[in-house]
Amino acid sequence: MRTVDRSMALTGEPPKALDLSQKLATLVGLSGLGILVLALLNIGFSHRTFWLMASLSAITLGTIWFTWASYAHKPAGIKNDGVMFKSISSRGFWGWVSGLLLTGFYIVLYFYPQYLGLVKDGDNTGLIALFDPLSKVLSGNPASQWFVYGTLYTVAILAFGIKFLYKYRHNAYERLRTFSVMFFQTAFAFLIPEFMARLNNETFSLPYYDLKNIWPLNYYNFERYRVNSFIDAGDIGLALLIFGVLSIFVITPILTYKYGKRWYCSWVCGCGGLAETVGDPFRHLSDKSQFAWKVERWVVHSVVVFVTLMTTAVIYSYLGNATSEYWLTKTTFLTGVALILTIVFAWAMIYKREQLKKDAKYGAIGYFIIIIALIGFHFFSGDGNVFLFKSETLRRTYAFLIGSIFSGVIGTGFYPIFGSRVWCRFGCPMAAILGFQQRLFSKFRITTNGGQCISCGNCSTYCEMGIDVRAYAQKGENIVRSSCVGCGICSAVCPRGVLKLENGPLEGRINSKDVLLGNDVDLMDLVNSKK
Amino acid sequence: MEKVVIIGNGIAGVTAARHIRKLSDKKITIISAETKYFFSRTALMYVYMGHMKFEHTQPYEDWFWKKNKIELVQAYVEKIDFKSKTLHTSDNRDLEYDQLILATGSQPNKFGWPGQNLKGVQGLVSKQDLDLLETNAPNNKVCKRAVIVGGGLIGIELCEMLRSREIPVTFLVREASFWDGVLPSGESQMLNEHIKKHHIDLRLGSSLREIKGEEHVQSVIIEETGEEIECDFVGLTAGVSPSIDFLKSSDLQLGKGILVNRYLETNIKDVYAIGDCAEQREAIGHRRPVEAVWYTGRMMGETVAQTICGNRREYNPGHWFNSAKFLDIEYHTYGWVFSDKNKSEDELHFHWRHSSENICLTIAYQKQTNLFLGINTFGIRMRHEVFDHWLSEYTSIDYVMEHLKDANFDPEFYSRYEHQIVDSYNSEKGKNIQVRKRSWKRILSITTN
Ligand SMILES: Cc1cc2nc3c(=O)[nH]c(=O)nc-3n(C[C@H](O)[C@H](O)[C@H](O)COP(=O)(O)OP(=O)(O)OC[C@H]3O[C@@H](n4cnc5c(N)ncnc54)[C@H](O)[C@@H]3O)c2cc1C
Ligand code: SF4
Ligand code: SF4
Repeated sequence: MRTVDRSMALTGEPPKALDLSQKLATLVGLSGLGILVLALLNIGFSHRTFWLMASLSAITLGTIWFTWASYAHKPAGIKNDGVMFKSISSRGFWGWVSGLLLTGFYIVLYFYPQYLGLVKDGDNTGLIALFDPLSKVLSGNPASQWFVYGTLYTVAILAFGIKFLYKYRHNAYERLRTFSVMFFQTAFAFLIPEFMARLNNETFSLPYYDLKNIWPLNYYNFERYRVNSFIDAGDIGLALLIFGVLSIFVITPILTYKYGKRWYCSWVCGCGGLAETVGDPFRHLSDKSQFAWKVERWVVHSVVVFVTLMTTAVIYSYLGNATSEYWLTKTTFLTGVALILTIVFAWAMIYKREQLKKDAKYGAIGYFIIIIALIGFHFFSGDGNVFLFKSETLRRTYAFLIGSIFSGVIGTGFYPIFGSRVWCRFGCPMAAILGFQQRLFSKFRITTNGGQCISCGNCSTYCEMGIDVRAYAQKGENIVRSSCVGCGICSAVCPRGVLKLENGPLEGRINSKDVLLGNDVDLMDLVNSKK
Repeated sequence: MEKVVIIGNGIAGVTAARHIRKLSDKKITIISAETKYFFSRTALMYVYMGHMKFEHTQPYEDWFWKKNKIELVQAYVEKIDFKSKTLHTSDNRDLEYDQLILATGSQPNKFGWPGQNLKGVQGLVSKQDLDLLETNAPNNKVCKRAVIVGGGLIGIELCEMLRSREIPVTFLVREASFWDGVLPSGESQMLNEHIKKHHIDLRLGSSLREIKGEEHVQSVIIEETGEEIECDFVGLTAGVSPSIDFLKSSDLQLGKGILVNRYLETNIKDVYAIGDCAEQREAIGHRRPVEAVWYTGRMMGETVAQTICGNRREYNPGHWFNSAKFLDIEYHTYGWVFSDKNKSEDELHFHWRHSSENICLTIAYQKQTNLFLGINTFGIRMRHEVFDHWLSEYTSIDYVMEHLKDANFDPEFYSRYEHQIVDSYNSEKGKNIQVRKRSWKRILSITTN
């Protein structure tokens, strides 16, 4: 075994050592975080606006300076030197420290916002108070823990986005995609909802709505209070509500058909945006084993079943029985859900059976669980009760287990331990639905370049979704995997130009081969036709 | 049950084993001395540079072998008794075989330089070499300067590796320009510039006279100038040769490598040789008799598996292709493009180079007929299937130019240069070729036949 020194020191030998410039940059960035910590400890800053700006600027400038110090003196190209030696990116001491800190932050954020300084009736204190001035400028309201989180999230995506842009300055795909997530985070997730909040007054009120956050990722979009307030807000509200429904049933399928799920997962989505920028140094930590793949499929599809049932239950519980109020009654709704699921299921089974192979069985299990549950809803539900549970309990459980613990605490907190896309891979129901479509009905694939693969393993190592890309590439087979978010990094790091993300005709998209291009053509024909 | 034994768990041996397993139930044993599990030799550099850990270079998970009933034995084969069909290992085990595949790979060349066995002098081929490198050149304090001898693909990789730890590197290249025995001059020239840009002290036209030192290397002397360069490390990367020493006193016919016919059969019945260690009795086409590249090892493995499983087949490789990466510049080649030194009079070249980026290509074609012979690209990825098809179809260079967009394999949104390339071609040759739009229909007609 080689002995790689995993000492705590930020120094050491190149390429893991930090040079003076990088150290100073780190210091600047940390000092920005330091201000936030001081605020958290209730050091009453008198010039909050100043200190907030100082903090956010220090974080941003520190990151940019670090970027510059790391890459500016080197020619453009892949910059993975020392990734496996650095303590922070190889589950070393700093990796664990940052993992614990992040996890702690998420726990406090979700469950104990009072420690951040949230005061229900009265003026905020601590960290949240520091953000009050900015919040007031944007939405007119004092800050909440979510505003603090949103701001830091956006700053992180922007600062580390710049780092990523520079790291991949030779790669137009990576750059465009990063500009895109930076834009969507800043405009759609951060600014627009705040401005929308500004429009609210006593007679008109829209719920907080990040337009790119689509159900089921946005699992609460069709909850009673939101639907009510959409409807109460008149035409605009109704338009938003319809947009929410179209997003998942029309827009998403069309875009996924044309471009694969990457249009969302690595060009638009906020979770993806964070994973691709802040999470980039940790992407190689994803587990590539077949075992992990198995776990992934069970877990993520269970979440899909869970979110479907939960949402159905929630909507079901507030719908009426009579047609007089709304055309959508409990019964029509359940029938509708069952119908949509049946159509999708039947389509997949009839036309895509070949491609589903073993997964057909699991698909069938999921489908029947949902259908039986729907029937259960219909016959066994009383007032406010769905089936045997209260729909509210179901919703709360989902919000707690999936919405908070999985997506936040584990999904982001454990970046330095499990890699940057744990949530996207194991937990995100949106990714699973898009993935289902990507696998069966999309023009997207990663084309493998004939026989050029040398099995080096860079692609698999740096695939944040834990896809063993090499397993396909070394067989000359295209990569058509539901979990692929189209980040393009496998293609970027491949030293032999073997992988190309592209959208093309469905014909010839899936191609399995035993003998690769380059050998005797007759042998290729013989072996590959026997399959 | 028939016993197939394979010596060597590199790409050649492992590919053979996998395919034999697909075709039969024979008992398969792979014996190899270097590591228990197959790893990708081509990825050794990335381990030293910290891009990957060693386990990442292993293409199959550990359970794979058992599941496919491929027995792995880690041992060094010292002697083979071909009469009794028995192998003898250095840890005193005897193994019998019915059919034997030799896939023993290569070892670094050493040309008898004085001092070549000093401490701090090594090649880079095996996992052990990688471990040794970690001892010899862990950082730029232990290794204040390294000298790399031999300007081939492994040489430049070793330079890049050492530079990743900021170790000063002097690179001795015997030729007047880097890899100019293989590359046309324009390309070789571009690489010279790129190597220097990476702060590698490139010495062209310089070969090694001797390595000096007591026990450990202290300096090297350059043959041409007599200059002495102080150093703590010498990397010997002047090519590789078949690893066949343990076979030398046997009945097996050897040349530079293990001599085989087109069926990959040696002179002894039931004994085959594939991969780096095999030498074709007669070269196939323009190929060299010993071809130490990944792809040919794989192709021989695919072929020999057929023969062993009762479908005797000639080794009949298709069109030549290869790829490499020189620091930041990716290189693809399809068909034959010979260097200025080696090309025949009939072979003409069209060369294009980007005005500022490290991007260029060379297309070789036949003087009289305009027949397309091959292409080298630097900084542009090309689609293997498309060029393979064009080579099979005997297309003309004009056709290639016209359809160049079909062949591009760069990531989406990359700048495209087909128009510049073809404009330059047109003005050089007085032609008026219009670049056609990329057509999925044409591409698919090639890839899904
Ligand atoms: C650093 C480096 C980079 C390279 N990069 C590229 C590249 O980019 N592209 C490319 O096409 N090619 C590349 N090559 C060449 C390529 O790796 C080889 O052609 C290929 O690995 C040869 O495979 P093989 O199966 O013939 O032999 P090997 O992979 O060499 O395997 C032979 C095995 O047999 C074992 N063995 C030998 N003798 C005995 C014995 N008596 N008993 C037991 N075991 C024995 C050896 O220990 C070894 O493990 C590179 C080579 C090196 C060293
Ligand atoms: S397969 Fe490639 S593009 Fe897809 S997620 Fe993995 S690294 Fe990204
Ligand atoms: S990075 Fe490229 S060459 Fe390496 S294993 Fe992956 S596809 Fe093959």
